[in-house]
Amino acid sequence: MNLGAEPYPHRGNAGRAFRKRRLHIDWTLLATLIFLTGAGLVILYSAAGGDWSMMGRQLARLAIAYVIMIAVAQISPQTLLHWTPWVYLLGLLLLVAVLLFGDIGKGAQRWLDLGIFRFQPSELMKIMVPMMVAWYLSAKPIPPRLPHVLVALVLVILPAGLIVVQPDLGTALLIGAAGVFVILLTGISWRYLAAFGLAAAAAAPLAWFYFLHDYQRQRVLTFLNPESDPLGAGYHIIQSKIAIGSGGVWGKGWLNGTQSQLDFLPERSTDFIFSVFAEEFGLVGILVLFTLYLLVILRGLYIAHQAQDCFTRLLAGSLVLTFFVYLFVNVGMVSGLLPVVGVPLPLVSFGGTSMVTLMAGFGILMSIHTHRRLITH
Amino acid sequence: MNGAEDPVVRPWRRRLLAGMLALFAVGLVARAAYLQVWQDEFLQRQGDARYLRVVEIPAHRGMITDRHGEPLAISAPVDSVWANPSALRMSPEQRRALARLLGISPSRLQRRLESGGREFVWLRRHVSPQVAEQVRALAIEGVDLRRESRRFYPAGEVTAQVVGLTDIDDRGQEGLELAYDERLRGVAGRKRVIKDRLGRVVRQVALLQAPRPGEELRLSLDRRIQYLAYRELKAAVRHHRAKGGALVVLDVNTGEVLAMVNQPSVNPNDRRALRSDALRNRAVTDLFEPGSTVKPFVVAAALAGGDYTVDTPVDTSPGTLRVGRKTVHDVRDYGLIDVARVIQKSSNVGIAKIALSLPRERIWEVYNDVGFGLATESGFPGEPDGRLPFFSEWSPLTQATLAFGYGLAVTPLQLAQAYAVLAADGVLRRPRFLHQAGPVEGRRVIDAAVAAQVRALLEQVVSPEGTAVKAAVPAYRVAGKTGTVRKSMAGGYREDAYLAWFAGMAPASRPRLVAVVVIDEPQGRYYGGQVAAPVFSRVMAGALRLLDVPPDGLPGDRPVRLAGVEAP
Repeated sequence: MNLGAEPYPHRGNAGRAFRKRRLHIDWTLLATLIFLTGAGLVILYSAAGGDWSMMGRQLARLAIAYVIMIAVAQISPQTLLHWTPWVYLLGLLLLVAVLLFGDIGKGAQRWLDLGIFRFQPSELMKIMVPMMVAWYLSAKPIPPRLPHVLVALVLVILPAGLIVVQPDLGTALLIGAAGVFVILLTGISWRYLAAFGLAAAAAAPLAWFYFLHDYQRQRVLTFLNPESDPLGAGYHIIQSKIAIGSGGVWGKGWLNGTQSQLDFLPERSTDFIFSVFAEEFGLVGILVLFTLYLLVILRGLYIAHQAQDCFTRLLAGSLVLTFFVYLFVNVGMVSGLLPVVGVPLPLVSFGGTSMVTLMAGFGILMSIHTHRRLITH
Repeated sequence: MNGAEDPVVRPWRRRLLAGMLALFAVGLVARAAYLQVWQDEFLQRQGDARYLRVVEIPAHRGMITDRHGEPLAISAPVDSVWANPSALRMSPEQRRALARLLGISPSRLQRRLESGGREFVWLRRHVSPQVAEQVRALAIEGVDLRRESRRFYPAGEVTAQVVGLTDIDDRGQEGLELAYDERLRGVAGRKRVIKDRLGRVVRQVALLQAPRPGEELRLSLDRRIQYLAYRELKAAVRHHRAKGGALVVLDVNTGEVLAMVNQPSVNPNDRRALRSDALRNRAVTDLFEPGSTVKPFVVAAALAGGDYTVDTPVDTSPGTLRVGRKTVHDVRDYGLIDVARVIQKSSNVGIAKIALSLPRERIWEVYNDVGFGLATESGFPGEPDGRLPFFSEWSPLTQATLAFGYGLAVTPLQLAQAYAVLAADGVLRRPRFLHQAGPVEGRRVIDAAVAAQVRALLEQVVSPEGTAVKAAVPAYRVAGKTGTVRKSMAGGYREDAYLAWFAGMAPASRPRLVAVVVIDEPQGRYYGGQVAAPVFSRVMAGALRLLDVPPDGLPGDRPVRLAGVEAP
């Protein structure tokens, strides 16, 4: 008998013996998030060249994102668990709908126009996939046996595949990572891990030739040798490395980054905002920024560690790790460690959708932490 | 509860997870440190190379003034429109507006944008301030203005050929602008600037080298005499419906060119109207046969040799002289006349006889000494040597025709230089275009007494009995000589095309100015005494007054007359 699935003998029966609170907020996490998003606004002001209308839009998004986070934090993990399969299914349907009816933006079908606002189902899946896998595996023996792992993989690959063909490789990779993290966190056997690793390595060439689009292949090639096309595709990476490197240890000072202010740096308020920060604040600034991220991640890991049941623990761990992957992929991308995959710097880059998703995730973390039972075993 | 089976609780796995997180985090920091600490200099240079540019600061081109500091060429700032085609973002409306401002069709604008380099192409040089302002107001990304300097010539067509002009890039192209380009241009400076991605200069970082402005060039020209000369020459050329003309005024004491004008002329400020024909400084660059204006130099050779005096009789009957296969003609039979009247009446037969009686090298020497056949070294671009055959090649016929100015070719400036020798008592001074503060040492080439005697003969030319009474100047004594030349053409001389010359000096008692006038192909009357002499008279009269030269021909003054000449 596995005890991992025990905390919810009656699924759907939420809010039984939780500590009574008026508002479910994790103040530590909230404080670190405020620091981080505040730093983001400072950078954005410089990256946007002092454009107050951009600042205004970003502030509005942040406000919405914080409201959603706090709203999500009020939902108990039981309720979340209850709704997980249904919302996941809805998400899958929406992904199919996007492929059939979606708007095309920047050469990819990602948006669903709902009349009032445009909606990106792949963002929903960033949270729903780890939730679904956690939902599934937490009901099975831990560590999971092979059939369960395979089912879990299907739960990941199905939405990820639908997103790859949109095509949105960056989001698909993040969703895939989020799902796989849940599987890894269950303590899956080394043999399975090795086998899946080999299978993935074998599938990579197939993916290269059959699934990747030309521009995606080009990005990888450009990543491997950016100088091969310094005026074309490699331009972004070269300019970004130059911006980061020319910041030096102490940076050039706020609003004084020449590469970014003189318009040499592409996408400087969105994907490449880290380069603006690195040029203006230098290595010292980067260490401070990373420390803020680290505080968020450590708090998240602590919440995962304190989680009292399998579902919340898997979910919290996966959300935190995915947040880290966000950071790693973006910084790795702009500093030339990884190919350009179009992942924004979490909580800092200009743009609304990913911000809301991330904050909803932190809302879930808050919910998990603040809905613990009073007496732990 | 079995701790080992609790997810994430297995210690080794938790440690592995934490370790991997730490590893990735350290990887990111290491990457940043690698870029910012180990590679920072390289990347900073790379970054600097993207926006730091060293650009030239154009040096201010020196002003050209006349001898009194009146401006003849000045540089003024002007805007030019350029584009960076690789960064160009222009809506169709902006394209139409820009094309309209630049005065070209949108398709032409498109061609121009595609014609040049990837990052720089001129759209329109030197636009008016109004157009510049409107282009700036369009605020098209990739289209910008550059401050340049443009040359203006306040005296316009009056000094066009002498001062010359610059090309659109402010380099000397013609005339003195070309000759003294090096001095006028100065040395461009350099500055380091920050340019943005569009190539616009955002800010200056450092001045690497200050530009050294070009020198101011003070010419020998006197703008007042220049205007006067221009007006009179233009009027004469128009009046006689001539093809062209040139006029030179020299200062006898220094060799300075006080005025030099040409017809036809053109306004150098209007670049579209420029014709190379009208920009040619004929007074320096064009060769003409001097005709009778060289006769005084044959007489100088004769007097210097001692075989002749001004009274030596020469038989010009019957008004013709057969030399070899050709016959030399006078206008009429002057009979037995002395040397003075040979000059006064401009007798071809008389001067030919004198020349043929002299050793040929002696004539050549005088011609050569006064500067025929050799460029004057005035420094003006494109000045030719002229043409004077060496005496060993002279046949008797050559010797005779050279005596009345056929078979050699001179520029108006060369002829003025030669007359200045007579005016300066036999001292040669090179003509110069730059202002000269003090007197200039010359080189004696003719005996002073001989020069004075020839001058006295030339005064008789400007008498009622001479060929150029119209060259006279009230209150001043004038010495000079006419020339009427049949223009040569391939294989002979034309019947209907003439050059009308007058070369002279004043005041004759102590000459201060020399002037040479040539009118090319006058219609109707064509004698030098009728066409060129009046121009000389008016210009000389004005110039003498402008320079406050004391009159020597007032009723109280006793003209020096040679006794033999007075008698009919």
